[in-house]
Amino acid sequence: MTTPTTETIDVPSVDNGIDLDALLEAREALTADPAAAAFVWTATCEWVNGTHSRTTIEPYYGLGEHHQHRQAFVIDGDHPQTFASEDNGATPTEIALAALAGCLTAGVASVATRRGIQLRRVTAVVEGDLDARGVIGADPDVRNGFGGIRVRFDIDADASRDELAAVVSQSQKRSAVYDALTNPTAVTVGLA
Amino acid sequence: MSGTTDVVVIGAGQAGLAISALLGRSGVGHVVLERGAVANSWRAERWDSLRLLTPNWMTRLPGLRYEGDDPDGFMTTDEVVDLLATYRRRIAAPVVTGVTVDSVVPRVGGFDVYAGWERWSSRAVVVATGAASTPRVPEVASELPDHLDHLTSLTYRNPDQLADGAVLVVGASASGVQIADELARSGREVVLSVGDHVRVPRRYRERDIHWWLDAIGALDERIEDTSDARRAMRSPSLQLVGGSPPRDLDTNTLSALGAGLVGRLVGVAGSHAQCAGSLPNMLTAADLKQTRLLDRIDDHVEQHDFASEVDPPGPARTEPTRSDRHDTRPEALHHRAVGHRISAPPSVGRPLTRRTGRGDHPRSRRRCRARPVRPRRAVPTPAEVGLHRRCRS
Repeated sequence: MTTPTTETIDVPSVDNGIDLDALLEAREALTADPAAAAFVWTATCEWVNGTHSRTTIEPYYGLGEHHQHRQAFVIDGDHPQTFASEDNGATPTEIALAALAGCLTAGVASVATRRGIQLRRVTAVVEGDLDARGVIGADPDVRNGFGGIRVRFDIDADASRDELAAVVSQSQKRSAVYDALTNPTAVTVGLA
Repeated sequence: MSGTTDVVVIGAGQAGLAISALLGRSGVGHVVLERGAVANSWRAERWDSLRLLTPNWMTRLPGLRYEGDDPDGFMTTDEVVDLLATYRRRIAAPVVTGVTVDSVVPRVGGFDVYAGWERWSSRAVVVATGAASTPRVPEVASELPDHLDHLTSLTYRNPDQLADGAVLVVGASASGVQIADELARSGREVVLSVGDHVRVPRRYRERDIHWWLDAIGALDERIEDTSDARRAMRSPSLQLVGGSPPRDLDTNTLSALGAGLVGRLVGVAGSHAQCAGSLPNMLTAADLKQTRLLDRIDDHVEQHDFASEVDPPGPARTEPTRSDRHDTRPEALHHRAVGHRISAPPSVGRPLTRRTGRGDHPRSRRRCRARPVRPRRAVPTPAEVGLHRRCRS
């Protein structure tokens, strides 16, 4: 039995700046050729001084070949003055929250477009709770990472509250960063 | 026994016998091969308390419909076995029991069906072995510590089968919530690992949910009609239980019984189960899907001028899933690793209990005696892994 919850989607034309046809074509192409779907994302981080570091993002691999972003993107990471640092950049934990928000927001735009919902404004506020006793080594029973993360979407669009909740829900189901933060990932760290 | 026939039907359950009846009616030669007895999985692979999820009036086979005095009731497994055995005799189905098919090999003009040393040749083969006859055991089950029993919904029978201690039930569709419910009511400490699930009320506006699914045409939808067939095929079964009187069984029911909710089981780190942090979205998505289904039912009532015959919609709606609960149970969950952690060290008596405060496993470990490691009792899991501590404090 198919469950009664599968929707048939008619797509009215909306313009959220998402190339829906390209996305749907890509899905078909990658279904047919799984090898092309193997992407490798790369970030290169240079220590500057103290807790200040600078990460450059430029090359990536996918669709069977190497690519370059249109330009190199640079992200400064540091700790705030609260931690006796110089505050030359966002803390890496905040950058992780930014990654989550960016990923979910891209998902919201894509899913909304797929469902024919015109967006006017989408704001996501992300809060991550972190007990600093973990990272500082004050209590071995306190984990280093976030105890919990909350994302609150404020969306202005021509859709009911339930429809928007469904868009936000679906964006979580398709988000790489949400997945990375909610599931264990094997991380190997070593010397070059 | 071997032979040649037009059609080989594999499996003498509901589907296999129905096909046999239709082939017999059309005079098509056939044989039904059955690994055990007729209705084997209903005899050998169901837990004791299970009842059909569908009401009696829905149980139909070609030439047979329910004529008993409880059309709104739900059959026990014994009643299903009786029904199918009786039906088999009535249609004189050519069933060969005790034959386990090993392989089906295509050849020019048909197939060879091999079962041990036997070979059946036919023009066509119908695979009627059931949709859920093979346990789908999550890969992480292989990493579970040896001292934990794990069983699947195919080998689970009743709470007494399990040694003392808390139980992790993995999967929140019909089987998972029913087993968790039964274990919690037997006084067990239960934690339910919740992934994608489809929440529906047992009854809505005075009718069984299956009555509505039939009425709105949901049961007539074909796979070809869906926008994404693969997604539709992966859709979980409805979160339901059959019984008298009819009742809802969802994560709210289980929370009220004191069961803990955690996300999908995604890993095992030493003596800790790792569960995904996506539980809130799983609960929200299930509520949204349920709302869409009930809206569709309300629309149907409206369009068919049916409102005078059923309850009004508002109060009949079940309350939203209380997703705050899982966060307020620190004694059952440990927020130390990725996602939620369940404190489940090897020799722990009752690390999840309120008595031990925060599921603080080093302290709990001191409280209980180590026990010899015994081999796993059963084949690992499908939709449900019983992760079960075999330690008594």
